[in-house]
Amino acid sequence: MANVSLREVRKDYGSFEAIKGVSLDVRDREFVVFVGPSGCGKSTLLRMIAGLESITGGDLEIDGRRMNEVGPADRGLAMVFQSYALYPHMSVADNMAFSLRLAGVPAAERERKVREVAGILQLGPLLHRKPGELSGGQRQRVAIGRAIVRQPKVFLFDEPLSNLDAALRVRMRIELAKLHESLAATMIYVTHDQVEAMTMADKIVVLQGGVIEQVGSPLDLYHHPRNLFVAGFIGSPTMNLLPASVTAVGPATVTVRLATGTEVAVPVLAGPLRPGDAVTLGVRPEHLNLGADGASGVAGEVLVAERLGGATYLHVRAGGGTMLVVQVDGDTPVHVHDRVLVPVDGHRCHLFGADGLALERTGRHPLADVTRAPRPLTH
Amino acid sequence: MPSSAALGVAPTANAPARRPARRSLSTLPFLAPSVIVLLLWMIVPLAMTLHFSFIRYNLLNPALGGFAGWSNYEFLLTDPALWTALANTLLLVGWVLVITVGLGTLLAVLFDQDFPGRGIARLLVIAPFFVMPTVSALIWKNLMMHPINGVMAFVSRSLGFTPVDWFAEFPLTSVIIIVAWQWLPFALLILLTAIQSLDHEQREAARMDGAGPVSMFVFIILPHLGRAIGVVVMIETIFLLTVFAEILVTTSGGPGLATTNLAFLIYMRALLEFDVGGASAGGVIAIVLANIVAFFLVRAIARNLAT
Ligand SMILES: Nc1ncnc2c1ncn2[C@@H]1O[C@H](COP(=O)(O)OP(=O)(O)OP(=O)(O)O)[C@@H](O)[C@H]1O
Ligand SMILES: [Mg+2]
Repeated sequence: MANVSLREVRKDYGSFEAIKGVSLDVRDREFVVFVGPSGCGKSTLLRMIAGLESITGGDLEIDGRRMNEVGPADRGLAMVFQSYALYPHMSVADNMAFSLRLAGVPAAERERKVREVAGILQLGPLLHRKPGELSGGQRQRVAIGRAIVRQPKVFLFDEPLSNLDAALRVRMRIELAKLHESLAATMIYVTHDQVEAMTMADKIVVLQGGVIEQVGSPLDLYHHPRNLFVAGFIGSPTMNLLPASVTAVGPATVTVRLATGTEVAVPVLAGPLRPGDAVTLGVRPEHLNLGADGASGVAGEVLVAERLGGATYLHVRAGGGTMLVVQVDGDTPVHVHDRVLVPVDGHRCHLFGADGLALERTGRHPLADVTRAPRPLTH
Repeated sequence: MPSSAALGVAPTANAPARRPARRSLSTLPFLAPSVIVLLLWMIVPLAMTLHFSFIRYNLLNPALGGFAGWSNYEFLLTDPALWTALANTLLLVGWVLVITVGLGTLLAVLFDQDFPGRGIARLLVIAPFFVMPTVSALIWKNLMMHPINGVMAFVSRSLGFTPVDWFAEFPLTSVIIIVAWQWLPFALLILLTAIQSLDHEQREAARMDGAGPVSMFVFIILPHLGRAIGVVVMIETIFLLTVFAEILVTTSGGPGLATTNLAFLIYMRALLEFDVGGASAGGVIAIVLANIVAFFLVRAIARNLAT
């Protein structure tokens, strides 16, 4: 069992408040990812959980026990650092066995455990090498192995893949996901890469400026962003955010008019909105497409066409200075300076009030609340 | 014209594979002047020393002269003073190294911690390195170790002990203390910068692995310092083999030969006995000794650097 809970945790560096009251529950065997822009306090929060950074206020509990004053080695956690932080003068085997050696585990037992973990991570042939003689990906695996050997309650990762090249990152991502399943471990993972967050997380925590903006499953965040920040942060390319004004308010729809004159009916609860109020309409590039001539929609001129092969991102300038990114199929024969028509489907849109908060949708996306069922423990 | 020369070189940029071969050919004339100057700088004094060591050359007796064969060496090598001086040299170098590296490492760990007034404390601990050897030897002789006026004598008197006459009772130890005091800041400075270059995350990883202060020192910091310690040992050895001013100022090599090292012995032969030939022979022996030490040092340190 390994439940981590944070209660109104805060961190001050002198007069600067890096973490401004964070409350969060990490359940047993959950894969939780912290994402957010640079400097938002992800690493600080993780290091506070690890015990490497003191906690200025609030409580940190692991399995119901208050851990604020417990030393980093005694919290039952293991951490994998961005720079791997391997001990350069020790062999791979010694690196992995270091914590056991300090704990006074007999040599034979140490060797057995290291071999076992090396087997999981395919490090067997490298055990006698020094970290300097390994590739980046191998070092990464040693760092993970060093964490596994300790059999921690919770694994902490601080941007572990950011030093690897793109192909290796994809491979390690899959390996990590597999490892999470086979170890049945609780993991807290910091990244600024939203693909890592979306693909690996059971639960994503979006941080900004030391506060939590939203906590939810990846698809919850994707389909039901709580505010403009989360809407803009999750998804690539980022969501189109267009200024609009409310023209009509129904029981389950709000109709808005864009600067181009296009009217869109969005299925959200109006709340206190009145006709004439200024709002922001959000729609993801992948939820837009080109319409046939004569259809209703936003008309504009293609300024840039980014062709990725499978998909093409069109940057379209519409009337009223509106810029729109549209994701179309890679085979679409569109060229720069073509005039195109982009229909906007209200069911795919989000509305944000003047305070930046999203208006509640009338129905939840069917996949938004699906969580990866934790695998039953086999032993 | 320089511009046309530059233009003539430019096309080689298209053939990078051929570049290295060309470079090794063309740079020799540019290297030669400095190599020649350095060679002359070394070779001329060395040759003169070798030459003097094989002739009879005493300033007190100019009539004496001519080829001496090995007699200067014979005289020196059969002189028991040489062996005493050799032993003193090695004792001095060895003990100062042990003290400066040992104490320097501990102090470096200490000064790496955060404590109030660290900046001033660092400045103070570095200060002895900027004091001239003659001056620091005089200070130690007259202010610290003097059996009547010295601070140490004062302390032992106020504690009820008989003051120690340092230079009479423990002459070599006294010189070692003075020289170690001078070289400690150097060791500390190098080792402190080395400690501070230790990767922060490595320490944190060790902390998470359960390393307390002692294990951290033994398993993480000390191996990291290996290289820096090697550098300190090498540089200090070079200078410590030729310690002279401290001995001249405090004990003048005495009592007897108790604090005479090789450098001081050569000085006695050359400038007290005016025996240039004998002193040169001593110089050659010093060169041989330095090379033997250097051989082992460089081998040990090269291995250290390779890993
Ligand atoms: N030791 C420190 N003293 C003062 N301020 C600090 C200290 N460490 C971090 N901060 C500040 O705290 C904030 C959060 O830092 P943190 O390292 O947690 O960011 P991050 O979210 O991990 O960013 P990145 O994605 O760039 O790693 C930053 O604004 C940073 O300047
Ligand atoms: Mg960080």
